[in-house]
Amino acid sequence: MTGQEWFEAALGAMLALALVLSGWRMVRGPSFADRFVALDMLTAIAVGFAALTALSTGRGAFLDIALGVSLFNFVATAAFAVFLERKRKGSSS
Amino acid sequence: MALQALGAAFLLIAAIGVIRLPDAFQRMHSATKAGTLGTTLLLLGVMASDEVDHSASGWLPIIFLLVTLPLGAQLLARGAYLSGTALEGLKEDPLADELELPGEKRREPKGPGSASS
Repeated sequence: MTGQEWFEAALGAMLALALVLSGWRMVRGPSFADRFVALDMLTAIAVGFAALTALSTGRGAFLDIALGVSLFNFVATAAFAVFLERKRKGSSS
Repeated sequence: MALQALGAAFLLIAAIGVIRLPDAFQRMHSATKAGTLGTTLLLLGVMASDEVDHSASGWLPIIFLLVTLPLGAQLLARGAYLSGTALEGLKEDPLADELELPGEKRREPKGPGSASS
């Protein structure tokens, strides 16, 4: 392996560790808000992985995949935020 | 290469903060700020390297992330606060009393059960 490949492998290992940590928070998280924050973090790391794949394969199209994943992220976060607000109105007991 | 390493390091720090911080809002603070900086630096580093062809624009995901990640976190924080998520280290919350939120922990010190001390 060349030096560049070692560098990319190290970056991928760091991102994988970050993925494991936030996935653990998603499983553990005591409240719904913790899980949604963890989901936000997971998709941010997925954008990082897409950028890293663009770096290692040399194809710029993976940056478009990063754009698509971040778009997903925003829509999912907004939907879950609305869900949390409606949860308050539903549980008025 | 420095930009890429810095971005991955910031993402790792954000994930460590998501694990270590005690409160949903503090976890959100870590995930949003450090996560936005980390992904932006990583994308900038990938764009600046010579190995990626420059036909695709990398500026679009950067701008989109810078706009939508804080916006999504603000929406999420609003929803979390209104649904009564407990805040760490906050004894009294006048806003919660004003809005009559359903949170258990912050209403508990004023309840009749805690008057025994």
